[in-house]
Formats: sequence, structure tokens, C-alpha cells
Amino acid sequence: MSERPSTPAPPELTCDRCQLPLVLGKVKASYLGNSFEVELSCCPGCGFIYVPEELALGKMAQVEQALEDK
Amino acid sequence: MDGQQVKLWESRCIEEFPPACSAACPVHLDVRGLAELLRKGDLRAAHAHACRFIPFPGIVGHLCDHPCQSACRRSESGDAIRIHELERTIATAGFNAPPFRRGRAMEKKRVAVLGAGLSGMTAAADLIVKGHEVVVFEANAQLLGRLRQNPNLPASILEADLARFENTGIEFRYEQTANAATLADEFDAVYVGTGPAGQSDIDIDPLTYTTRHPKIFAGGSRRYGSHYSLITSLSDGRYAALSIERMLQGASLIANRDSQGSQASRLYVNVAVHAPLPAVAPADPAQGYSPAEAQAEAARCFPCHCLECVQVCPYLEHYGGYPKRYIREIYNNETIVMGARKSNRMINSCTLCGLCAEVCPEQLGMGEVCLSARQGMVAKNHMPVSHHDFALRDLAFSRSKAFALARHQPGHNESALLFFPGCQLSASSPDHVARFYQHLCAKVDGGVGLMLGCCGAPAHWAARDDLFGETRADFRAEWERLGKPPVITACSSCYRMFTDHQPDVPTESVWTLLERIGLPDAGGVPSRLTIHDPCTTRHESAIHASVRRIAHQRGATIVELEGAERTTCCGFGGLAQLANREVADKIVDRRIGQNESDHLTYCAMCRDNFARRGKRAVHILDLLYPDGDAAARADPGFSARQENRGRLKRGLLRDLWGEDVTEPADDIELAMSAEVQADLEKKLILLDDIRQTVRHAETSGEKLIDQKTGHFVAQHRPVAMTYWVEYSLEGGRHVVHRAYSHRMQLEIAP
Ligand code: SF4
Ligand code: SF4
Ligand code: SF4
Ligand SMILES: [Zn+2]
Repeated sequence: MSERPSTPAPPELTCDRCQLPLVLGKVKASYLGNSFEVELSCCPGCGFIYVPEELALGKMAQVEQALEDK
Repeated sequence: MDGQQVKLWESRCIEEFPPACSAACPVHLDVRGLAELLRKGDLRAAHAHACRFIPFPGIVGHLCDHPCQSACRRSESGDAIRIHELERTIATAGFNAPPFRRGRAMEKKRVAVLGAGLSGMTAAADLIVKGHEVVVFEANAQLLGRLRQNPNLPASILEADLARFENTGIEFRYEQTANAATLADEFDAVYVGTGPAGQSDIDIDPLTYTTRHPKIFAGGSRRYGSHYSLITSLSDGRYAALSIERMLQGASLIANRDSQGSQASRLYVNVAVHAPLPAVAPADPAQGYSPAEAQAEAARCFPCHCLECVQVCPYLEHYGGYPKRYIREIYNNETIVMGARKSNRMINSCTLCGLCAEVCPEQLGMGEVCLSARQGMVAKNHMPVSHHDFALRDLAFSRSKAFALARHQPGHNESALLFFPGCQLSASSPDHVARFYQHLCAKVDGGVGLMLGCCGAPAHWAARDDLFGETRADFRAEWERLGKPPVITACSSCYRMFTDHQPDVPTESVWTLLERIGLPDAGGVPSRLTIHDPCTTRHESAIHASVRRIAHQRGATIVELEGAERTTCCGFGGLAQLANREVADKIVDRRIGQNESDHLTYCAMCRDNFARRGKRAVHILDLLYPDGDAAARADPGFSARQENRGRLKRGLLRDLWGEDVTEPADDIELAMSAEVQADLEKKLILLDDIRQTVRHAETSGEKLIDQKTGHFVAQHRPVAMTYWVEYSLEGGRHVVHRAYSHRMQLEIAP
């Protein structure tokens, strides 16, 4: 998760509520009492954070496992 | 885990004992390793390997009396491996043995060696390698004098072996006789290897080669007289050098010498599985084996291993080792202070099926080890949440009002028996459960109570003793309320949990009961079925027999695999399937690949796992209630499993107890392709999770929209997991295009 920048969201994804395109923003990710900062696509209006599948099942899953095994 | 217990387990796996050949070799030449290199045709590596064990590979290759060969287990199925001939091929292949290198000792000591025979020269070599100063006193003008007279040893071979001693720094004093006691004043230690001509009255300790004089050690042919063995004499020099080294370091002379010298091996070898093979005969016996002949002969080496358990268990095979090594890793995993616990998943991938203990010559069961390790992980709060979370949530569902139920038979206020169908059969075949319950009610006098719930097996397998205890307490409270009737289980895991963990609850399998009360009416359909006994019934021979007779009554011809006691797991046991899908699939795939015919089993989880991996399979209830092509029934999948349980309970309440129960209305109607559904199943995402996520997005408006496709992307975190769903609205239905989840929690950084 420390690799930056993270995958930006596809440009056609917009927040349905705010009608705003997503922008990269700093996000605090935490699991099992550990937290660190990453950059992810978020809605500048309401703060909806988008996690693409590749990230969830790839890097994120790896970090989750590493923390579980710590 | 208890360290003492771990040691005991470790000691029971005998895979690391040397094979019979190297155990019998006094210097424990790794014959098995040598044969492996030769079988690959790598003579050079084989030669280098032999040189690591034997200071005189040429001489030994020509003259060794090869006790290894008489011990070789190949002789029980064909001829013993011609180990001596193989060594000779290596010795004459023309490779140079590497010279000895003088080592560096912390504290350099001076050692005198009396007699430059094989034992003395071996001691000299071993001590110079350790870095000591070595002086060899030889009465004659040449080294290895007596061997030079041997007509079977070409002079060039002897000289080639001696070349290893050039420039090592060993000082040779020729034509010098010396008195050991006098030398002992001058040197830190003395080895007397003067051969049969020397003083034969020395008292030599056979383990340590010590004499009455604390600094004098002795060995070699003087000890053997007419029983002379070249390799044993050589080994004397080696073990005496070891004693000298220990004495010089002030270490114990007697500790850890159990494996010293020629001995029998404890390694178990299943010789019966190897077809007999005669030894390869060299085309020219005088020349010995050609490299190609040596290769063919080496290929006859089994090689000796136990690995009985590894051969029958894809899980043990998967991790590339064997129990002794695994137990060590598992213990390290628990005791490690810093760094990753790398064996967590391995520990959680065992199905606890007990097959390994069944085939192990020492009855070592890895299931016991893994369960104990899991208990340790839970106790220290090191159990990875993700491995068992899904199963434990499923357990919670079965304990909840959605499924749990305990009642006397309608119209009764006591129960002669209590039927406990179990959560997985109810999940897989709710209709069969309902019909079967009615059959029991019709056949058993005095009322048959019904209890829906979970036996707690998932909690036990996850080593959640707290949860397991709660689940048992749930059961007990209801069981007592119903008047403690004997319990009839349909699922073999429930049967196991009750008999092992609640021994005061009288428990019987429904299959043995069924034989007494009679089968439901229905004609038999002729079929040919391979029986798979669930691993949790491994030693329940009465159940095995009943099931076979029932199947027979229903027209089935039964095909046996290795027999009930050698049955395997379907991959679900021990929650392996949830912690390690890959390993569980290997286990089930091996099982269903064993033959072509449809499988018959009496565990719903086994049947559904076979179906999931593409095997036609029936549950014994499918024979009792024949209905179309039951063997083609698909695995219902995890979502349907929960829904089926709920539906079973509601249906029974309505139909048998006449209650007014309505089916819950679906506010969110889902649709998806078979691929998406299979993908969700693999990711352990339930339709209910999807519904909740979509509902959350639709009510809160929190969702993204893909401007190109018009798909929505929603996310929802009910408890410890964030679910993502991409969906679109089509004709009032929510079409799911994909879903995934993660555990990590995200928030906008301040
Ligand atoms: S069967 Fe397995 S556990 Fe038992 S001794 Fe052999 S290798 Fe070790
Ligand atoms: S079969 Fe191979 S490993 Fe086994 S005793 Fe014989 S040479 Fe050694
Ligand atoms: S899966 Fe079964 S056979 Fe394999 S190690 Fe575990 S208990 Fe033993
Ligand atoms: Zn927004």
C-alpha cells in the first residue's frame, strides 16, 4: 500500500450524489490497529473513497494478510 | 502448544532417519543421495558427494566390504542395490578427489598420529581439517604400506587418494617408531593406529576410542583381528578424531553418539509398493559398471523414504515437506518473537481428517498437531481473522432464530428420540430433511423431537473453544428442556462432535437407526456407486455397514476404494476449504479422480464438494427419495445454503406445526450471470451481503456512477468487512456485474 500513486479511478466514474468527478486524495487505511496513509480516488464533495477491485484483491489483500500474520 | 508434547510428536515422525544403507555404513555415506545423482547420470557430482564422506574414495571404491549392501531394502523386492559396484564406477571415472584444506582452529593443538594406515590417515585428515597441527609417525618408508600389497588395488588409485594430503601441512615422519606414552608428554593428544602389528593389549573404549591414558586414543585394524573390515577400521580413525577434538575443546566425549557406527535404521519403507527388479549385470564384470549401467542400477534405488502420510494427503504434499519438519515450523510459528508467522495458513489448511495417523507407522496425526497449534494461536490472539470469519458467521446464522429450533413432535409433549439433522444437510437438501423427519415420526413410537441448529464443529475446528462451548450450551439447554432424549444425527460431523465432546448425550447415527425402523417406501433403482465414507466416521464400522446395506436395499452395487478406515476428507473438514481453497480443491480432486463411477456418500458437505468440482455424486438420502438424476445436482453454494436453512425451518413450522409463517419479501431483487455467481461463491460473498450493499446505496444515495456504462458502484461496511458491488438497474431488478470485499478500513486523512 505504500506504493504511490495508487491506481486512479477511471475518469468516467463520478459521484452520483455530488455529481463530481473523483480526485486523488490522502486516505488513512487501517487494519488490526495499524494504519498508514495512501492516495486513493475520492469524491471531493462527500468524501466517498473508491477502491478498485484490483487494489482490494491485490495489494490490499496482501497487506491485510501480512498484518494478520504479524 | 506444550513444548514437551511437540518434542514427542516430532520424535514420532521417523522420516529423517537415514535409509538402511547409510545407517549400515560405518561412516554413513549418503548412499541414497549418491544413487539419486547417479540416476541423473551426474557421475561428477556423485564423486564429489562421496568425497565429502570418505577420505579415500578410490581405495574404498575398490576394497570396501560394503555392509551397506547387505542392509539395502531393495533386496526385499529384487536384488540389493550393488552399492559397491556403483562406488567403484565413481572411483574409476577419472575425477580427482579434492585436496583436504587445513581449517582454522580457535585454539591450535598438536596431535600425534602413530601409524599411517587407513585409520591413522583418516584421523590425520579429520584433525587437519579442524585446524590442528598433526604429525604422523610411520615405521615404514611409505604411507598406507599394507594396502600397497593388495593385488586388487591399482597403485594409481592409491596415489590419487593420497594426493588429497599434499600441502595440507600434515608432517609425516617416516621410519620412525615412537612410544605413545612418550608422545603424550609432547603432544596434546595421540592417536594410535598402528595396525595388527602394534601392541594388542591396549584397552580401547568402543564408543570413544579412549584408552587408560587420558591423552591417548586408539583404533583401527588392531581391534578386529580376523574380523577385519576396511571401512570399519577407517571409521575408527574418524570417531577417534571426533573424541580427540572434543577432548581438546573440553566437550563431553560420550554425548550424542547414538548414531555412531554401523547400525540398523528405524526408517519405515513400504517395500510392498515397489515391483521386484533384478540387479543390473555389467557387460564386462571385470571392468564393472559402465556409466550407463551404473545409472540403470542406481535407478533401482527406491529411494528409501517413509512419507506414507505425504503420499495420501495432498495437503502434506502441498507444502513440500513432511510432518517432522512441519511440526518444527509450526512450533517456531508459535514461539517466534519478531517477524511474520509464516505457517498460519499451513496450520489452518489441514482438514483434521485423521488419514495420516491411519497410514503412519508411528500413528502420528497431524490433525492433532494443527488443532493444538490453532488453540495456541487463538489463545495468543494470533489467529488470522480472515481464515475462519466466514465459517463462524455461518455458524452464528445457524444458531440464530433464522434456523435454530427445538420441539417435540407435533401432538406430543415428550420425545423418545431427538432428530438432529445438522446445519449442512439442512442447507443442502431441506426437502429431504423434512420428508425424512416425517418418516421418523411415523416409524418411532413415543414422539421424535426435532432440533435444528449447529453441532459447533466449525467453532471446534477454528479452535474457538469459547464459541464451541456456547454452542454446546445452547444444545444442552434445549436438550434438557426436551427431557434429554437420545439424539439421532444425520451428519457424521455432528455425530463426531456429540460422541467426542458430550459423551453423556446418548447419540446414534440415523443410518443405524434406519436399519431397525425400516426404510421409507420406494423402489430401488439399480446403480453402481463408489462409496465415500465421510472422514468423521473413520472408525465407525457399524455406520459403514448400515449405509452399505441401506444402499444395497435400494439397488446400488457398491464399489469400494481403499476401505472406510482409509477414507479421505472432501476438503471441508477443519475448515480447510475456507482457509485454503487451493489445497482443499487438491484434496477433493484427488478423491473424485480415483474412479469414474458416481460417488455415494452420507455427508452433505462431501456430496456438495464433489459436485462443486464436477463429480456426479449422490447422498444416501437421494437413494431413499429417488427423484430424477440426483447425481447431477449442483452444489447449492453458500448463499443458498443459508437460505435453505431458513426455508426449512419456516416450512416445517407451517406444515407440521401449523404456524402462520410467511416467507420474507425480497425488497431487492438480484440478477446475475452464472460467472458472476461462481465468482461470488469463490470470494465468499453472500447474496445477502450484496442485497445489503445495494439497499444501503439506494437508500443513502452513496454510490458512484460510471458515465459510460451507467453502472452504479456501491460500498457498504456492515461490520468488519467492506463490500463493493457494481450493478445496474434493469426492469426493476438489480443486475450484479461484480462484487468484492476488503477488511481494511478507509477514511479521508485529516
Ligand atoms: S507416515 Fe508421515 S508422519 Fe509418519 S513417520 Fe512417515 S513421514 Fe513421518
Ligand atoms: S533402496 Fe536405495 S536408499 Fe534404500 S537401502 Fe537400498 S540403496 Fe539405500
Ligand atoms: S488433512 Fe488429514 S491426512 Fe492431511 S495432515 Fe490433515 S489430518 Fe492428516
Ligand atoms: Zn460525493
